[in-house]
Amino acid sequence: MENITFKLTKKLKTIGFVMVAIGLLALAYGFIAGLGGDRIVANLHLNSFYFTSLGLIGMFFVAVHAIAESGWQVSMQRVGEAMSLFIPVGGIIMLLVFIFGGMHHLFEWTHTEHLDRILLGKVAYLNQPFFYVRFAVFFAGWVFLAWMIRKTSRELDINGDVKYFNKLRKYSAFYVVFLAVTSVISSWDWLMSIDAHWFSTLYGWYVFSSMLVTGFSVIVIFTYVLKRMGYMQHVNDEHIHDMGKYMFGLSIFWAYLWFSQYMLIWYANIPEETIYFYERIKHFDTIFYVNLIVNFAIPFLLLMTRNSKRVSYVIVPVAVIIFIGHWMDLYQLIMPGAVGHEAAGIGFLEIGLTIGFTGLFMLVTFFGLTKAPLVPKNHPFYEESLHYHTNY
Amino acid sequence: MNKSYITAYYTDDDALLKGVRQLKEKGVEIIDVMTPFPVHGLDKAVGLRRSRLSRVAFVGGAVGGLIGFFFQAWVFTKAYPINFGGKPYLSVPSFMPVTFEMAVLFAAFSIVFAYLIYFKLTPGAKPVIHDERSTDDRFLVVVKAGEPDETPNIERALSEAGAEGIKLKA
Repeated sequence: MENITFKLTKKLKTIGFVMVAIGLLALAYGFIAGLGGDRIVANLHLNSFYFTSLGLIGMFFVAVHAIAESGWQVSMQRVGEAMSLFIPVGGIIMLLVFIFGGMHHLFEWTHTEHLDRILLGKVAYLNQPFFYVRFAVFFAGWVFLAWMIRKTSRELDINGDVKYFNKLRKYSAFYVVFLAVTSVISSWDWLMSIDAHWFSTLYGWYVFSSMLVTGFSVIVIFTYVLKRMGYMQHVNDEHIHDMGKYMFGLSIFWAYLWFSQYMLIWYANIPEETIYFYERIKHFDTIFYVNLIVNFAIPFLLLMTRNSKRVSYVIVPVAVIIFIGHWMDLYQLIMPGAVGHEAAGIGFLEIGLTIGFTGLFMLVTFFGLTKAPLVPKNHPFYEESLHYHTNY
Repeated sequence: MNKSYITAYYTDDDALLKGVRQLKEKGVEIIDVMTPFPVHGLDKAVGLRRSRLSRVAFVGGAVGGLIGFFFQAWVFTKAYPINFGGKPYLSVPSFMPVTFEMAVLFAAFSIVFAYLIYFKLTPGAKPVIHDERSTDDRFLVVVKAGEPDETPNIERALSEAGAEGIKLKA
């Protein structure tokens, strides 16, 4: 009989705490080595945003499939639900970074004494009070809806009554719509306003697509780790195949949005817009181009064949590559504007802090996994998920 | 080598699956199974090898992409170099939409033509109809007849596997 309750063992806790400790060490190193407030804050901001988004997408995975009345994802649903527990954690870290001086390091529009004409034109939106109100609305909505979905999912598992399934669909619908709007607006607030003189209407969707593919890849990584630990035996090749299809397709979608944004700005050649890419190609060129190779070329070529999506030795490394690759993508979104090419770099601060946040995210997700049985036995689509066969 | 074959039919898809599995066990060589609707698990039961059409598609797409890109590169750098708003002659971002579409086009055409050629559905081909009801309510199994002395064995295997209307066709 498969063990359906996840046990957060001492070993896992130790690994997590060690990773968090490395992160704290890296943070301390950043201060001691005098790397500068800009760089330290930018890294804290990058990582807290990244992992909060992964939590949001974890729940999005559950919600969007519930709305579609899809059955196969039920086997992996718990991972997505558990990931969403990180949302308030990331939010608190982001808030602390903002409050304790982060705003001035990250956002030039907070320097209200010397706003130029362009920033003055945006001051009705880019001002700190409104910024914090939006922040509160985003996180209140996300935390509340994710909590309701988790709660209903657990009730459904205990009860199996179809009224809980309908409730799950209702909250999922609210969540998806709310996330669609707020993920775009939050990306303007937290990422695009770093380069406040510039804007792009595709930006919100570009960031969302990046987080989407990474979130799904992280679900695959967690599922694989759980399987190796002996859990999740009911997750079969068919489910992983479908996740592989997501990773393949969403990587192409991300690349499509990358190219759409880039080509339009390149073609129109308006200096006000091209300055954004000029800065990146001139001073961050390696990361800028490697970004495309790691996040598009590699998933596209490696996940193309049918069998590649059914063997763990292809799909898990590609998931890890996507996870690292989209961190890099976020790096080139944030660092040029927040830190500048002279001070930015990838050193112990960046790597250590990312390890720390990964450890924290791992701990929170594993904690979330203990909260409900890993196998949603009474979910109306559980049987369907066991017998699911994906076609080509 | 005898090019004749034996056809037989089922009227139920579950019986078809069971029968096909039985025939496979007995070592009967199934050439084809024709069903009015897709039967889940049939591909595996018959032991069909995975289609090589995907490789054709990949080659077609790669060739199309390369042709698309290099043709544009030749046109805009050698044949008719025109200065479009100060952009370089070899303007890679501008070339991408056409390159992509050419890749898709060549991939699609290569799939379609390879499929038609492989199944001998070229213009003027004669249709091969084993049983007119195979797209109606009959599940048809087409089996290799083998040598003339093996034929009664195969026919017996078919009837034991629940097939009806066993016919030898030249």
